[in-house]
Amino acid sequence: MKKISALDDLKKAGDKGWKSLFPGGVKILVGMATSGIASGAGEVYAALAAEIKKRKLPYVLAKTGSMGMDCIEPLVDIIEKDKPRLSYGKMTAGKVPDLIDQIIKGTIDKIKPVYRIDEENLIATRDKNHYTKGNVPEYLKEIPGINEVPFYKKQIKIATRNCGIIDPENMEEYIARGGYLALQKVLTSMTPESVIEDVIKSGLRGRGGGGFPAGVKWQSCRSAHGDIKYVICNGDEGDPGAYMDRSVMEGDPHSVIEGMIIGAYAIGAQEGYIYVRNEYPLAVTNLTKAISDARSRGLLGKNIFGTSFSFDIKISKGAGAFVCGESTALMASLEGKAGEPRAKYIHTVEHGLWDRPSNLNNVETWANVPVVISRGGKWFSEIGVPHSTGTKVFSLVGKINNIGLVEVPMGIPLKDIIYDIGGGIPGGRKFKAVQTGGPSGGCIPAKMMDLSVDFDALREAGSMMGSGGMIVMDEKTCMVDLARYFIEFLVSESCGKCTPCREGVRRMNDILHDICAGRGREGDVEILESMAKGIVDGSLCALGGSAPNPVLSTIKYFREEYDAHIKDKKCPAGVCRALIRYEITAKKCTGCGVCAKKCPTGCISGEKKKAHKINRKKCIKCGICMESCKFDAITVE
Amino acid sequence: MVNFIIDGKKISAAEGTMILEAARANSISIPTLCAHETVSRSGACRLCVVEVKKGKRAKIVTSCLYPVEEGIIVETKNERVMNVRRLVLQLLMARCPESEVICELAKEIGIETQPRFIPDKDKGKCILCRSCVRVCEEIVGVSAIGFSCRGADKTIGPPFNEDSAVCIGCGACAYVCPTGHIQMEATEDTRKIWGRTFKMKKCDVCGRYFAPEDQLKYISKKTGVPLKELAICTNCR
Repeated sequence: MKKISALDDLKKAGDKGWKSLFPGGVKILVGMATSGIASGAGEVYAALAAEIKKRKLPYVLAKTGSMGMDCIEPLVDIIEKDKPRLSYGKMTAGKVPDLIDQIIKGTIDKIKPVYRIDEENLIATRDKNHYTKGNVPEYLKEIPGINEVPFYKKQIKIATRNCGIIDPENMEEYIARGGYLALQKVLTSMTPESVIEDVIKSGLRGRGGGGFPAGVKWQSCRSAHGDIKYVICNGDEGDPGAYMDRSVMEGDPHSVIEGMIIGAYAIGAQEGYIYVRNEYPLAVTNLTKAISDARSRGLLGKNIFGTSFSFDIKISKGAGAFVCGESTALMASLEGKAGEPRAKYIHTVEHGLWDRPSNLNNVETWANVPVVISRGGKWFSEIGVPHSTGTKVFSLVGKINNIGLVEVPMGIPLKDIIYDIGGGIPGGRKFKAVQTGGPSGGCIPAKMMDLSVDFDALREAGSMMGSGGMIVMDEKTCMVDLARYFIEFLVSESCGKCTPCREGVRRMNDILHDICAGRGREGDVEILESMAKGIVDGSLCALGGSAPNPVLSTIKYFREEYDAHIKDKKCPAGVCRALIRYEITAKKCTGCGVCAKKCPTGCISGEKKKAHKINRKKCIKCGICMESCKFDAITVE
Repeated sequence: MVNFIIDGKKISAAEGTMILEAARANSISIPTLCAHETVSRSGACRLCVVEVKKGKRAKIVTSCLYPVEEGIIVETKNERVMNVRRLVLQLLMARCPESEVICELAKEIGIETQPRFIPDKDKGKCILCRSCVRVCEEIVGVSAIGFSCRGADKTIGPPFNEDSAVCIGCGACAYVCPTGHIQMEATEDTRKIWGRTFKMKKCDVCGRYFAPEDQLKYISKKTGVPLKELAICTNCR
């Protein structure tokens, strides 16, 4: 492979990439990130390949990452010259022949696309790519444009700019969309100091949870004594329900690599590590390929861009410990030791990996860097709100209609994410709360819907930004049970080094289990609060230090639910089995017998066409009867 | 020298001194369990926490690991500190109800057990302070014991809880153990620790059994001193 050593080489590679992105004729693109594969994109891809071969069509079939709207995957996009790009959702192998027919005939009569894309922003170069030159064919006018789809309307894609658009295995496609231009600019026309200055000016804060200003961290690491320095990418995303970093690593690995090279140049590092959890096999594969491609084209290794700057990256796979997402535990793990944190009174930017100055940022932070550089810190700082600039990627999951990954400007009101982007709560149920910041974050109640989603406002509300998980809960979620769930997760993920976290969180778990099982005692809430304070203050690392957050925030906003469990022995949401019972309303029961048939313990009986009864002694409170009743005759109390 | 205040008292200490040592040098007592003078600090037990005020910010830190800084104001016994210390001791009492050391410490500070915590029965007196692991690695240099499992399931012992081939029976781990969890059983000519029985060496001069043979072999190998010269106990040397 010819090395890329000048701007001209980069342009040539970009031109090649552009031809691969838009080969002319028909190109079919399948979203093959983990979210796509999990919903069956593999079968769809295989069916498309077979159909194209069978009909001997000159179509190009390619893979891409995820655009974010996971609730409609598998997603297949059709790109044709001078036509809007069409996105077909919920594709199956069975629909493939019809889809191919439609392409040939130029119709959309059998399967309707979810939306069309007329143009797209190339955020790194401020260009636009026009698919249509302004002419949308008449038959496609009924299909909403992507910017009219509420899910995408308020999004600004910086970190996920290429996800779902490029083939993550094709470096030239990344270059075609402005990739490695920032690196070229940095290495040929900027001093390390001016790079840091620009990143400080951008206001970019660490996207992994801490929210520490990235530029300031870089500055400290640059000023730290030592010839050997490291940059590290934290890809050990472990929050339940969060997959922002996975999507970036799978869908656009070069953005992370380019960010790291720029960071290494600014800091003065020669080596970099990407610590990625092994539960993300596709991320590992795509990163490995991206690193090897970048190396073979001279963008990693010795004398990058023909300059005196040399830098290389290695991948280290994590073995699945949540605590290894904590920077000092991650570095211990990188060194081959058990993943246990250490006190950070001496900062890792001075004494980090192998006791050398080390700068760690997470995947999303690194992916933002190339755009910060190419568009300038000032441009970036104007997105979002003061002190929380730019965008943030969130994974919107739980009881929400549009499950997926969204990238929104900081400071967006929470209700816009839940109702506009997320499309509200399924089944007409009421929105109750949203858990942000993962298991060590906190929940924000529905009454705080106007809250600005930024680092500081979330912290003031008793939660945190964390890495960007957003778990939505409806009225059928018990907040005590929710706190118990998260605390239980943290009990099993505590490394066990310090007393407050190892012993304290499990004792909190015991008390929460008691409350959910109807064994709660008066004064338990006060004990939990006092313990929480001691654990927050006394724990060694941020895992313990934030572990009590789910309990504290649910007590703060849903105290009445704790009281109902403890004093009245009732679970208002109807979740905690020990505190609920199922009842058949005789008036509504038609005696159809469906519930009796479905009941796994056979505890429902009654004559045909007459009201049935539940034998409480045999009932295991699984709730299957209530789900199966078509007449709403079964209720939970 | 660095000047700062602990519990209202003006103190100065050499740069790099930990708050714990600076406090103790000035007769201010701070309880500890995992800080042993022979091994590196780990900050695991969290008993030695103090509050450090720096400008407007006040944070809880472990005094065993926090180097003194110019102008800081340290509180070793305020309510915030005592809340952590109380919790730590209550948690450790629930973990190791049989440990006299912990009960004694709690009594001294005036802390009672938390009735809401059901005492453990399977943890012995081990508080997982890792002094034993550190001494075996840092001082003895054999790393015969380490951790297995994670979180509350964490235990200490030789790999796979099998007899360790590298253990020399020196007993340093039992010596540094703050709660007496690690037991060493000795008869006249044997010593049993971590499930292995070690043969003791008789002093060539006084005839007293004084050290495990494996330990003497290890010392000889490490220092180059012939084994013969090590066959005399320290009293007779």
